[in-house]
Amino acid sequence: MRSPDKRVPLSRRTFIGSATGAAMIAGVAGTARATIPSLKTAPSPQASATLLKMARDIYPHDRIPDLYYAKAIETIDQKVSGSDATSGLLADGVAALDAQANTLFQKPYTEIALEEDRLKVLKAIEATPFFSRVRSEMVTALYNQKEVWTLLGYEGSSYEFGGYLDRGFNDLDWLES
Amino acid sequence: METKFALDDDSVVVVVGSGAGGGTLANELAQRGIKVVCLEAGKRHEIPDFINDEWASFAQLAWTDNRTTSGQWRVSKDFPNLPAWIVKSVGGSTVHWAGASLRFQNHEWKALSTYGHIDGADLLDWPITGEEMAPWYDKAEYRMGTTGTNGIPRLPGNNNYKVFAAGAKRLGYKEFHTGNMSINSEPRDGRTSCRQLGFCFQGCKMGAKWSTLYTEIPAGEETGNLEVRPQSQALQVEHNAAGKVTGVIYADRDGKLHRQKARVVAIAGNSIESPRLLLNSHSNLFPHGLANGAGHVGRYYMRHTTGSVYAVFDKPVHMYRGTTMAGIIRDESRHDPSRGFSGGYEMETISLGVPFMAAFLNPGDWGRDFTSALDAYDRMAGMWLVGEDMPQADNRITLNSEAKDAFGMPVANVNYTDHPNDVAMRDHAYKQGTAVYDAVGAQRTILTPPYPSTHNLGTNRMSDKAADGVVNKWGQAHEVENLFISDGSQFTTSAAENPTLTIVALALRQADHIAGRLARNEL
Ligand SMILES: Cc1cc2nc3c(=O)[nH]c(=O)nc-3n(C[C@H](O)[C@H](O)[C@H](O)COP(=O)(O)OP(=O)(O)OC[C@H]3O[C@@H](n4cnc5c(N)ncnc54)[C@H](O)[C@@H]3O)c2cc1C
Ligand code: SF4
Repeated sequence: MRSPDKRVPLSRRTFIGSATGAAMIAGVAGTARATIPSLKTAPSPQASATLLKMARDIYPHDRIPDLYYAKAIETIDQKVSGSDATSGLLADGVAALDAQANTLFQKPYTEIALEEDRLKVLKAIEATPFFSRVRSEMVTALYNQKEVWTLLGYEGSSYEFGGYLDRGFNDLDWLES
Repeated sequence: METKFALDDDSVVVVVGSGAGGGTLANELAQRGIKVVCLEAGKRHEIPDFINDEWASFAQLAWTDNRTTSGQWRVSKDFPNLPAWIVKSVGGSTVHWAGASLRFQNHEWKALSTYGHIDGADLLDWPITGEEMAPWYDKAEYRMGTTGTNGIPRLPGNNNYKVFAAGAKRLGYKEFHTGNMSINSEPRDGRTSCRQLGFCFQGCKMGAKWSTLYTEIPAGEETGNLEVRPQSQALQVEHNAAGKVTGVIYADRDGKLHRQKARVVAIAGNSIESPRLLLNSHSNLFPHGLANGAGHVGRYYMRHTTGSVYAVFDKPVHMYRGTTMAGIIRDESRHDPSRGFSGGYEMETISLGVPFMAAFLNPGDWGRDFTSALDAYDRMAGMWLVGEDMPQADNRITLNSEAKDAFGMPVANVNYTDHPNDVAMRDHAYKQGTAVYDAVGAQRTILTPPYPSTHNLGTNRMSDKAADGVVNKWGQAHEVENLFISDGSQFTTSAAENPTLTIVALALRQADHIAGRLARNEL
């Protein structure tokens, strides 16, 4: 069968032109260097790092580099920045998350080493508007990135390639028919 | 030249909606020399405009105007303002549809006599029989170019189908194949054949799949008897002192109101919007809404008993390649109460791309259990389960007195709760769907809850007696002589099958009836 290449071609890696104009450095060949989002509504580096970690913990894919989580967080930041009612959501949310982390583990969220411990913190705030907004926005902010499709083995638009008629629509060869 | 009819031309038939029911009716009337104005709330997007990208296409084509929900169904919790996944665009939901075109089984026209009384359900027999419908099904299949009928070869099976069919065979199922699909397997009717793009739900960029957008509607326009007005949302149907309808008030793209006069009005806005329009057309003469004297408008909303099973294998499948609905198992569609429920269900392959899979696989879920399924996306196969759901009086469309749309029209609220029969059927279907994939070595199966409704049925139901429903066997309102309902909201019961072939067959039959009555000056 035809199996598509799951590596994101370098030419398709885009640098993030974030709201504040700071550019992100893309990781090389899957070993992404630390990348943190640059946010309008939660500008401190600590808040950005916390949101990035939280985003990864909500939808963890070891195969997906930080870059795409950072982009997702920037998309959410952009959305909540539009209204006074939501512009404090991320900064306040991070503060509440760290407060919860302190209560449970006596340290900020990003310093909790074990994923399973961080999940306990997330579980404790699962019902908050902050968590539910970040989680639900992530569904499109993360998974609607074409590079993420490639990493998960989804080939996307096919019309320009003449569909899959000659590109493996029925090439499954590991079952008797 | 484009045909235009005057707003005060009261000899026209006004059809509201240009989807499966409305688009077909409008063309069929135009072919018979009857002047038709088709009002369509959505824009006109043609084939080259379609986008092979789930969310971008959704934003382009879907009905995203506000609606509200209530009831126990999970959609109300996960997608409170998206009860249905249907289209607002010329062509209606036939732009999005997958193409599965199945006839009802004869006993399904007689649900009450066949199943008997079921507590909590409001079953009725249709006032039409399978025998009466057979010639109209013949016509509909020919029109739509349905594979497996009229000598049209079936489509080739894709990878998703191969897994599904191998499982069906191991499990001992007998009736499975690549379906009866209104998708060209070879060039036909001026349209090319399917190139297995895999974006059937996003508008077929090959034009291989039947849609009223590029079949019925241009054919009707060519006669010079049909004018389609996009971005024209009907707000109210007007009537005279004698209780006959006289025209439709609609809002154009700028929100400007117009009155199109009419000799006959046929409503086909799909089963949420059609009752909304009738309810919003209340007057002194019809205080509870037009055609609602017996109180049935909006009631018995049905959406089929649905669910999906996705299975992960240890080797690649790439289910997204090729037709979205690539095959069917029909063995469970029979009525066999020994399974613990009445009616039956179909099993049909389905595939979602990564964006929709993330949103619908298990809405609201997060964490590694969820993401590990997406990590196996390219090793996944999927099927959709679709069966008869019970009509219940309280599953209904009402006007939301608090929320209004851009034109000041109250939005529809959709209330739905499963009947115990629906729950029992879904459980059975989940079990059988899982067994199909287990039979070919699934590593893991995932039971996905119903999506926002793609099949919306039954809110202006057909009944023999005026006391039991909204329209008679011709789709004519019991209460208003020159008012017809021409979409899936006429359905008395849902049957197990995907509804569009039946909607089209009913529209063809209704056109014949309306044309005859107009010729005899009876309307
Ligand atoms: C993703 C998807 C897949 C599907 N797959 C299948 C399948 O494989 N087989 C099958 O049988 N069915 C399928 N269906 C269902 C099928 O599309 C519908 O059952 C069918 O199109 C319904 O026909 P209709 O005439 O009732 O309404 P529609 O086709 O939805 O048309 C209604 C039209 O009316 C317009 N309208 C509504 N209100 C107003 C108003 N007030 N004024 C003016 N215009 C208005 C709407 O904008 C819309 O264009 C699918 C649906 C979806 C969404
Ligand atoms: S798979 Fe076939 S029917 Fe579906 S969109 Fe592609 S060409 Fe059209």
